[in-house]
Amino acid sequence: MTASPLLQAIGITKCYGDFLANDGIDLDLFPHEIHALLGENGAGKSTLVKVIYGLIQPTAGELQWMGRKVALSGPAEARALGIGMVFQHFSLFENLTVAENVALALDAREGFSAMSARLAQVSRDYGLPLDPKREVWRLSVGERQRIEIVRMLMQNPKLLILDEPTAVLTPQEADQLFVVLERLKSEGRAVLYISHKLEEVKRLCDTATILRAGKKVATCDPRRETAASLARMMVGADIGEVKAASGRAATIPRLVINDLSLEPDDPHGVQLKGVSAEVRGGEILGIAGVAGNGQDELFSALSGERRSLHSDDVIIDGNAAGFLTVTERRRLGAAFVPEERLGHGTAPRMKLSENALLTGHAASGMVKRGFVNKPATLAAVDNTTKVFDVRKAKRDPEAVSLSGGNLQKFVVGREILREPGVLVVSQPTWGVDAGAAATIRQALLDLSSRGTAILVISQDLDELAEIADRIAVMFHGTLSAPLDAMAATREKLGLLMGGSNVGQAAAAPQEKSHAVGA
Amino acid sequence: MRLVLEKRAERSALIAIASPLIAIALTLITMAALFAILGKNPITALGVYFIAPLTDLYSLEEIAVKATPLVMIGVGLSLCYIANVWNIGAEGQFTIGAVAGSWLAVTTNGTGAGYWVLPAMLLLGALGGALYALIPALCKVRFGASEILTSLMLVYVADLFMDYLVRGPWRDPHGLNFPTTADFDPNATVPTLIEGSRLHAGAIVALILVMLATVLLGRTIKGFEIRVVGAAPKAARFAGFNANQLVVFTFLVSGALAGLAGIIEVAGPIGHLQPGISPGYGFTAIIVAFLGRLNPVGILIAGLFLALTFIGGEGAQISLKVPLDLTKVFQGILLFYVLACDSMIVNRIRLISPLQRVADGTA
Repeated sequence: MTASPLLQAIGITKCYGDFLANDGIDLDLFPHEIHALLGENGAGKSTLVKVIYGLIQPTAGELQWMGRKVALSGPAEARALGIGMVFQHFSLFENLTVAENVALALDAREGFSAMSARLAQVSRDYGLPLDPKREVWRLSVGERQRIEIVRMLMQNPKLLILDEPTAVLTPQEADQLFVVLERLKSEGRAVLYISHKLEEVKRLCDTATILRAGKKVATCDPRRETAASLARMMVGADIGEVKAASGRAATIPRLVINDLSLEPDDPHGVQLKGVSAEVRGGEILGIAGVAGNGQDELFSALSGERRSLHSDDVIIDGNAAGFLTVTERRRLGAAFVPEERLGHGTAPRMKLSENALLTGHAASGMVKRGFVNKPATLAAVDNTTKVFDVRKAKRDPEAVSLSGGNLQKFVVGREILREPGVLVVSQPTWGVDAGAAATIRQALLDLSSRGTAILVISQDLDELAEIADRIAVMFHGTLSAPLDAMAATREKLGLLMGGSNVGQAAAAPQEKSHAVGA
Repeated sequence: MRLVLEKRAERSALIAIASPLIAIALTLITMAALFAILGKNPITALGVYFIAPLTDLYSLEEIAVKATPLVMIGVGLSLCYIANVWNIGAEGQFTIGAVAGSWLAVTTNGTGAGYWVLPAMLLLGALGGALYALIPALCKVRFGASEILTSLMLVYVADLFMDYLVRGPWRDPHGLNFPTTADFDPNATVPTLIEGSRLHAGAIVALILVMLATVLLGRTIKGFEIRVVGAAPKAARFAGFNANQLVVFTFLVSGALAGLAGIIEVAGPIGHLQPGISPGYGFTAIIVAFLGRLNPVGILIAGLFLALTFIGGEGAQISLKVPLDLTKVFQGILLFYVLACDSMIVNRIRLISPLQRVADGTA
């Protein structure tokens, strides 16, 4: 390891009111190093990274860049120093081409054609193939991430920050990314790598800094640790293992999807093509797949946010539900948890009690003769809080003020406590800390043991392996035949996620299958 | 030095209450400067505008008379704006409501029809306003036409339609050729509350509407639906609420209230249909709705305040010799400050001093 650090963060502290998001954190980043930043949600990883990238200013502490004190008042200054960042959520304009998107982010000093040529050069050099003339909406999520990475590399940064980059990738795509990161490291750059996936960190990273509740817990060599010891440092205690209740047996089909086809409702959406599946009571069916292969469309077709073309495309407990509204489907005993907890699953600036009413108004005695029964909505909040250990500052705060994990526990708990017969849940633990994720997965298993049919859409293969009985894969709007969870190896699933082995794949546009398969 | 607007973690309850007051204070300062530029003593001028009307009974009654339509329309508009539906055409719905109700008054004029006339007129007025508001609502739901444009443009259609009626078929034959209908019969007139005053029963109707709206928004599932559709459209769809139905609903309700205000105005203080029945109530009510924080009780207070500006403006025209249009300037500045201050509820301003910059940093 080289002697002098590229970037030193010394005693970084950031307060929001009384809340210490970062509490005296020291971090040294060296050239030729991939440095993992580990921690539960709300541990302060994002805050620290935003300080380093100049997005927020620390309350106390300082940054030293190559031994010299710097104060960054914005990302532009960070970029000027040589710090680049790829965010978890991409900032790309779907209707523009790859080159146009890159041009927008770079200083406009070089001409467009020169820039395009350099873009092609950089993407070729690093084995990140991209067609500069292609519009972004035609690209897979993995390719969109490549744009972000290439865009960052074109600024020739000395320090690269990546926020959970593999969350949206297939295992094969993630492997490709690791090759690129190794190469960047060998060129003498420093990489700060934020991830929840401990196995990945052990495999890739030279150093790991672990944060908990805003404080630095340890800096260690992840290769000398086990996944369990890393998790222990993150959580501060052993995580309870998720255990399937014994005697869980699949009964009759409670949710049936019959050859469901649906045109996308926006031009960048995915067309559903003949999706069929059957979920029996007491069973959990997992739907794997790279984001953007029709999972969102499938969710809205199941929830009733979009109506089907035939009433028996979706059957809930024996009732043809394809033409029914969300509310009518809920009255049949179905419950839904969308992927996006803020803005879709909840109204961010409304109180939890109002958000309980959001899905509870259909049934559960919250509305009488058009009037809202406020005590009943508050009782639902209290009940969810108690059963799912939702941590919050007051009894009935706005949804937006909860941390991601706690809000997710609320959103999932809100539906589970209604004891639904059918539950459709999308990304149940996306961006949620390990403790909350274990709680949620356990609750799903317990619910299924009480006879509920559960369909889980998830990009997290480990999660599906943990809770699903059978796993099917979505690709380009088609759904593969489900594999028994025991038989569903990462390799098999990875191939299906990349589009091979799927009979209908041939029907997909040539360019798209190439795009994702690349 | 650089100003940055950043999101607050939780909305500020303090600013939510203080925002209208800050906006009014800033407006007064700006107006004082404007008076100074016009060569008037700012203190005297503001006194004429805001203090003088509060000192005699006639002006106080007149404030209540002017506030009545403002509050009625403002309450309806607030439902639209909470749901993110932009009805800008209340002025037109007001006019059509006045026309629809007046039709019965004109038809029964001098026939000695009974007590049923006034209630029927009010019903027709509300119905007329609602149906007129249905046009932009359906254009939006069916064709995706911007309701901001369509509702605004229909204001001028309504104005000219009424103009045609009072100059043509409905003109009072004994009216010395003035463009006006005959004075309405007593059975077609809104009764006054105090003998000899212009304060009429419409004020009571406005108060009842404020109470009904408070209950609707705070206690009913419909009110919740209105709030969710406006605050988080995707969550509203997930809740099973239909945004298109709500566009129609809020337009119908706000149109009905504007129409009701219109017919009460002509059947009350004015007593006949004529051009210029509104000094811009439908537009001023937009300011009332926002100044009142889209809250029914707030709208009641804001309605009284803006009524004060109408009365004060008339007083200023007489005693200061400033144009009446200054009232509109005042109202425009007020809306501007209200919206600016409201953005401080969920955001805050932070100053970044140049000292924090790195030497070679780019701006």
